[in-house]
Amino acid sequence: MKTLRRRQIQDKIMEGLLVVSTITILIPLLIIIAYVVYNGFGALNWSFFTEELGSPARAMQGQPTGLVHTMIGTLVVDFIGLVLAVPVGVGAGIMLSEYPEHKLNPILRIMNDTLNGMPAILKGLLAFALIVKPMGTFSGLAGGVALAFVMIPIIARTTESSLMTIPWSIREAGLAIGLPRWRVVLSTVMPAAKTGLVTGFLIAFARAAGEAAPLMFTSFGNNYLPNHWTGMIFGPVDTLPQRLYSLAISPYAQWHQMGWAAAIVLLSFVIILFVTARLLTRQKNY
Amino acid sequence: MNESTKEILERPLHGVYRWWGDRVFLAVAVILGISIIALGVTMAWVLFREGSMAINEFGVWGFMKGRVWDPGVNFVFGALPFLFGTLVTSIGALAIAFLPAIAIGIFIAEYAPRWLGGIIENLIHLIAAIPSVVIGIWGIFVFAPWMREKVYMPVFLWASENAPSLLPIIGTPIGYGMTTATIILALMIIPYTTALTRDAIRQVPKEQREAAYALGATKWEVIRMAVLPYARGGILSGAILSFGRAIGETMAVAMLIGNKNTFPFSIFGPAATMPSVIINEFREAVGNLHLSSLMAVGLALFVISLIVNLIAAYIIRKHSITGGQAV
Repeated sequence: MKTLRRRQIQDKIMEGLLVVSTITILIPLLIIIAYVVYNGFGALNWSFFTEELGSPARAMQGQPTGLVHTMIGTLVVDFIGLVLAVPVGVGAGIMLSEYPEHKLNPILRIMNDTLNGMPAILKGLLAFALIVKPMGTFSGLAGGVALAFVMIPIIARTTESSLMTIPWSIREAGLAIGLPRWRVVLSTVMPAAKTGLVTGFLIAFARAAGEAAPLMFTSFGNNYLPNHWTGMIFGPVDTLPQRLYSLAISPYAQWHQMGWAAAIVLLSFVIILFVTARLLTRQKNY
Repeated sequence: MNESTKEILERPLHGVYRWWGDRVFLAVAVILGISIIALGVTMAWVLFREGSMAINEFGVWGFMKGRVWDPGVNFVFGALPFLFGTLVTSIGALAIAFLPAIAIGIFIAEYAPRWLGGIIENLIHLIAAIPSVVIGIWGIFVFAPWMREKVYMPVFLWASENAPSLLPIIGTPIGYGMTTATIILALMIIPYTTALTRDAIRQVPKEQREAAYALGATKWEVIRMAVLPYARGGILSGAILSFGRAIGETMAVAMLIGNKNTFPFSIFGPAATMPSVIINEFREAVGNLHLSSLMAVGLALFVISLIVNLIAAYIIRKHSITGGQAV
């Protein structure tokens, strides 16, 4: 029979095990961040932000190369994705939260969760079949569409949950002064949930910004800035995650260095977005 | 009735504003909502249409059971190596990640003081935010060489002296292979599993714990007998969702698994998964049958992810009292 003493010892042992396993898991994860920060900042220089990549020869001869076209391309493709995804995601979120009686909601909810769990690479294949094939060329637009597929389920989910946090009494107050239902949603519920909505957009944007898989065969990549700005939308475009992958698997040591630099830029970009999102939610809570 | 309300009601546009406004607004929301449903259906349909050439050529089971993937000479395509690679790496990753992730979840929710729990939680969020390619570049230049020097080579040398019969199972220790990919996958899903475990534990009502304490249970006994059984549905579905994550994880795996398209795979040696083969070959594929086969691999990936996600949703619904929502 277990005595009290044995049970207390067991209690302490389990507590110790939990602490030890927490520490052992957190350490390698912190090591990753430390390595990326250390190597990344070591590889950064000014021309990284001002020059194009060019051919491998350029880097091997020690000429200044950089990823300016990649960073512009990333912003263009990510924002195309956001612009396409926000209306769809918000619309679906409104349908789920404001019209809970709608018959399609259970299907929509399951479908949205499933889409959210679908590998991003499949969203890339879908955008390839829907946009790249008919257009006959890889393009920033196709990349944006692929990223929109990544963002839409996230935005729908976050919109739904941030609208749900607004108490029903707010809606009833609006209806009681004679506002039609759509006006209640647009003028009372949505403004009240503003912070939550923006946080959701940021989270979706940050998640999509780190995705390389959907971009590999939609925006494809490009070593140079296009000659005209329309090339950013209708021609192949470089994006940071996809360029980082190409640099890392390339055989050139100089490109590996640039890969680390791209990694720190990408990581900073994504983490700034996430931290902003978290700070916004914190303000709401207090 | 005050004046402004009266004005509104007497406006000629009132009917448009009220009746049509509501209907148009609902219609727009529903159309946008339906477009998400359509997106899912389109994805299945497009993958099937694009992959149908390969499926017609080899048959569904012939394709899934085919052990040969030869885009160069004979144009024979079988997905079994990738199916095997995906399942082995994902199951392995979940096996490695499951207990530590639950431990961290329990630690944050039950043991850690508020400030420490907050710090760990933010760290976990930070780690979950690291893009897959960034983990991949660390794996290529730091982790894989380190594993080769410190783990694979010693084991390989030991085996070549003492147990040569094991060598084909162990495989060539180049550093990029199934074990490396599995460990990295485990690291990548830990934050996810942890977050879901913590959420499940947080949902356990206080009374549940207090009742156990009142019976004289120690803290661990409370967790084991009162908290974990209550949260098990959430934890289990979290594990399944993490498994789904691992199945679809593409970039880091493609960078670290070594990309060998044919059996036999070995423990340390290179292999391939369904996402990794698509990433590696899709951009270079020229033959229609090759492209179609890659799309068919995508369709298989779609079906597996769908099943995994639906199982997770079912478990959440069955076990949670609120009939709650995933993640």
